[in-house]
Amino acid sequence: MGEKILMKGNEVIAEAALRAGCRHYFGYPITPQTEIAHYFAKKMPQYGGTFIQAESEVAAMNMVYGAASAGARVMTSSSSPGISLKQEAISYAACAELPAVIVNIMRAGPGLGGILAAQSDYFQATKGGGHGDYRMVVLAPSSVQELYELVVEAFNIADRYRTLCMIMGDGMLGQMMEAVEFKDKEDIYQADKSWAVTGTEMKRDHNIITSIYIDPEVLEKHNLKLQEKYRKIAENETRVEAYNCDGADVIVAAYGTVARIIKNVIKTAEKEGIKVGLIRPITLWPFPAAAFEKYAEVPQAFLTVEMSSGQMVEDVRLAVNGKRPVHFLGRMGGMIPTQKEILEKIREILK
Amino acid sequence: MAQTDMIFAGFGGQGIQAAGKLIAYAGILEDKHVSFLPSYGPEMRGGTSNCHVIVSDEPIGSPILNSAAVVMAMNRPSMDKFESYLEPGGILIYDSSLVNREPARKDIKAFGIPATQIASDMGNLAFANIILLGKLIKETGVVSAGSFESGLRKVLPERKHHLIPDEMKALRIGMDY
Repeated sequence: MGEKILMKGNEVIAEAALRAGCRHYFGYPITPQTEIAHYFAKKMPQYGGTFIQAESEVAAMNMVYGAASAGARVMTSSSSPGISLKQEAISYAACAELPAVIVNIMRAGPGLGGILAAQSDYFQATKGGGHGDYRMVVLAPSSVQELYELVVEAFNIADRYRTLCMIMGDGMLGQMMEAVEFKDKEDIYQADKSWAVTGTEMKRDHNIITSIYIDPEVLEKHNLKLQEKYRKIAENETRVEAYNCDGADVIVAAYGTVARIIKNVIKTAEKEGIKVGLIRPITLWPFPAAAFEKYAEVPQAFLTVEMSSGQMVEDVRLAVNGKRPVHFLGRMGGMIPTQKEILEKIREILK
Repeated sequence: MAQTDMIFAGFGGQGIQAAGKLIAYAGILEDKHVSFLPSYGPEMRGGTSNCHVIVSDEPIGSPILNSAAVVMAMNRPSMDKFESYLEPGGILIYDSSLVNREPARKDIKAFGIPATQIASDMGNLAFANIILLGKLIKETGVVSAGSFESGLRKVLPERKHHLIPDEMKALRIGMDY
């Protein structure tokens, strides 16, 4: 491990990608994630890679499709409205089984919305923002250090399963600076990419990367293959942090920066004699339902806190499966839930 | 557990973000946990700038502050906005060259320093934030002057290292004010 340095979340994303062997970045600027592109613009040439500020988010994601087809480690990044624009190509890339990393530093919506932090793209990311029966792995870091580690991991997961992998942060995580400690060397998964379209040199048959299967029987078979892959991912790649949950009066479900606020709430509540637990999904898809099943009968109730109108809470309710009430507290529009209001909600639940 | 919650605020260009980063960097050098959250929302489009900085012995929960133990205000709008954020007994450090009122709160410790005037007399307005940081370090002990100097060496590009002796002079003026 090297020394600790102070870095902005967005810059760490780009640095982590370079360390993970990403040599191609295509994007279009949008607050609050533009520093990712700044960093790549400056550094990518030093690595002999490609940085392109595309003409649009749509173009950028299609460039990702192209580079991934050729077997390259590639990524794009944007914030909520820009991620909406990428959805068509995301669905195509999912069907074509292309490995790539997509970063969404969420801002408040709907529409152009505002530029402050939000978590209102959970449905879009985990339930399929594009069309068709596809999934992508969605990783939700809650600190700058974890952001670094999960970006590297995202490239490995993408290559291991030939899947899309999304990093979901919010404006606060992208903009904040924290200490980060980089490893001297990253563990990079070396994938067999003999499927890539790199030219046959007249020595082998053509590789074909496509997302069109006109024959329904063939398309159903392809879908079954995708579903089998998603099942394997769910089995192997689900990540979660369960904190302070044994004997908890209330277990809070929260991810990303909101989970940090809950850790403060846990300390304050303790002084009042209330034990609060936290289940923090690190993968939003695959959703860590097993952690909720495990603790389903421990607390009097669950509380989900999100910077949205209530999106992840649906998955929490499915996982808790009626064994305990699942309450919800959400803020929208770029407003951040305060410790005080969360604590009041917990007191109210326990009354 | 010791944790110091700080808000730095002023006009864009007064070195507010730099002040916050310098304290955060000095914290890292003392092996503490730090977070630095700049304002990037609509409020900064009006020309004011602020950042939330936490230095702690333990991992930091939320990087966003709803109240603070320390506020450093470099202009009147910043003091008007953030004086109310201070916890009782909190420390307010402000540039009395630019803030033309006394603090309203009686339950805080307030230190007005004519930092801009002093910096101007020193021949470099850019030292005003450092002078106020001197007072902040002295009153809070959040980091040492030695760590601050080491932090400066890390943060400033090599070509600006010749400024460090004067920066440290400015810091000491603030500490002794």
